[in-house]
Amino acid sequence: MLLIIEYVASWMIPVFLLVVIIFGLVKKVNLFDCFVEGAKEGFPMAVKLIPFLVGMLVAIGLFRQSGAMELLANTLQPLLNYFGVPGDILPLALMRPVSGSGALAITTEIMQTSGPDSFLGRLASTMLGSTDTTLFVLTVYFGAVGVYQTRHALPVGLLADLSGIIAAIFICSLVFG
Amino acid sequence: MVNYLWAAMIIISVIVAGINGRIEVITEAIFDSAENAVSVAILMISIMTFWLGIMKIVEKSGLIHYVKLLLKPLAFFLFPRIPRDHPAMNSILLNMSANMLGMGNAATPFGIKAMEEMHKMNSRSNIASDEMCTFLALNTSCLTILPTTVIALRVSLGSSNPTEIVGTTIFATFISTVVAVMLDRFLRRRG
Repeated sequence: MLLIIEYVASWMIPVFLLVVIIFGLVKKVNLFDCFVEGAKEGFPMAVKLIPFLVGMLVAIGLFRQSGAMELLANTLQPLLNYFGVPGDILPLALMRPVSGSGALAITTEIMQTSGPDSFLGRLASTMLGSTDTTLFVLTVYFGAVGVYQTRHALPVGLLADLSGIIAAIFICSLVFG
Repeated sequence: MVNYLWAAMIIISVIVAGINGRIEVITEAIFDSAENAVSVAILMISIMTFWLGIMKIVEKSGLIHYVKLLLKPLAFFLFPRIPRDHPAMNSILLNMSANMLGMGNAATPFGIKAMEEMHKMNSRSNIASDEMCTFLALNTSCLTILPTTVIALRVSLGSSNPTEIVGTTIFATFISTVVAVMLDRFLRRRG
């Protein structure tokens, strides 16, 4: 099972690429010209993201490095313990919507200290895999088109993260608990 | 909303750092994070250039019609107001397939392209349209079928069964996606 999934994961992009190129050849598309035509749009699009990324990532960096994130985690910890959820998972739950690399680092640390096959390790893995970094996605996607007023997109993203986290705790307690 | 969150993060950070007696952290964090942000953008240049080139081939060769065949019911249900042959629909479909298959670095360029196409249909230049919000909701909850990064991490940390979390991950991601889509529909009328 593991072998199959590992295989599928590493073959996904190469196979996709192969299918695209061979299909294009069969349909007699002028492949390289076509590639360049599309690729041209990449540079301006990525450069447009810089101001949005700098603004958001600096705010997130401040929040993490100033100790504010830790403070928030410590404040919420008793509440979680009350519901019987291991408090050690809280830093990850708070970091997940904010920073992808931060969440990855916390998950790695949890698995190194508690072991990847412990309840905490499995819960952390499920949480990391089940949602995306909401603030990053929001910044990049809306930044690319210069939209400042994002309406209900932020609350929807954050509430979806929350429901994903609760669902992860629920299913892991049921399956691994 | 983003406005307030952004302001709150900065204000709270400065106050907390001050109280902790580590105010110098603020200046350091600004430099580190700004540099990191630009590195992320540079990285985006390379993957966007490549995947947007490939996407053009997918469109021109007609391969996109087969992708459409597979994901049609879902995409048309979620985005009823986007014409079926509009370029935005092509990018949305490619973004959704890349996300599901765990091709994260291909999903983002397709997603940005989709936003750009949807923005062309948007009558208000700096306010997000309904479709853009729905699309964002889908992407923040990320419908993964194969959590490749997590599996790789578990393998590297010596797990005896790295894939045992696939089932629980699919369950949690399904719940968060359903919640995202429902909330989006519900909050749309107010925003």
